[in-house]
Amino acid sequence: MSGQILATYASALSLLIGSGFITVGVIGLLKFNDPMTRLHAPTKVGTIGIGMLLLASMLHSFAIGSSSMHELLIMSFLFVTAPVSANFIAKVNIHRRTCETPPAPPRDDTWSTLNSPEAEITPAPLDPVKEPQTNV
Amino acid sequence: MSSATSLLDIALLITFAALAIGQILSMVRLVLGPSYGDRILALDTMVINALGLVVVLGIHQGVQIYFEVTLLIAMLGFVSTVALARFLLRGDIIE
Repeated sequence: MSGQILATYASALSLLIGSGFITVGVIGLLKFNDPMTRLHAPTKVGTIGIGMLLLASMLHSFAIGSSSMHELLIMSFLFVTAPVSANFIAKVNIHRRTCETPPAPPRDDTWSTLNSPEAEITPAPLDPVKEPQTNV
Repeated sequence: MSSATSLLDIALLITFAALAIGQILSMVRLVLGPSYGDRILALDTMVINALGLVVVLGIHQGVQIYFEVTLLIAMLGFVSTVALARFLLRGDIIE
């Protein structure tokens, strides 16, 4: 019985932590003024916020008696896919020149997918980014 | 037990409110986002917030049947984010 009360308290606490992180992340998404800084804010929503909500769901299932660990699957899926989608959005920002172009690479001539650090400042608005030349 | 349950009810209300505010604010960013990356990011955040709403609804009703819904929304959100970014990068999704 006391374990169930403890699980209910822990569930409420993790719900509060998750809602705090979600609020902070979304306010950051709205208030920052650079695309790359805006990109870093909602990663808190995707990992800690939703992770805490799923943890609260698990703890609540322990508290009401029908325990389940299904939410671990969603949590691991989100934790694996969040960096991948953030990397894709960062690539969109870099290739469409909406952020600062990264500096020249130390050893090679170009970055792996970016043609050159200084050239072609603004592409046409709906032009897809050209295929990068590979220099083996 | 009753104080724990009432605390859980208050926490559920706060979480519902936070997720709703999150949906509204990321909708604002979706409308006025100056670049395409911001719009994709706002859509991704809205998908994740919808997932959180479904999870909190499952806690509120005390049932387990929303697990599949949550997993499907997570997979669909990831695939749609990657497809949008890839379309902006290459002009095509599957080459």
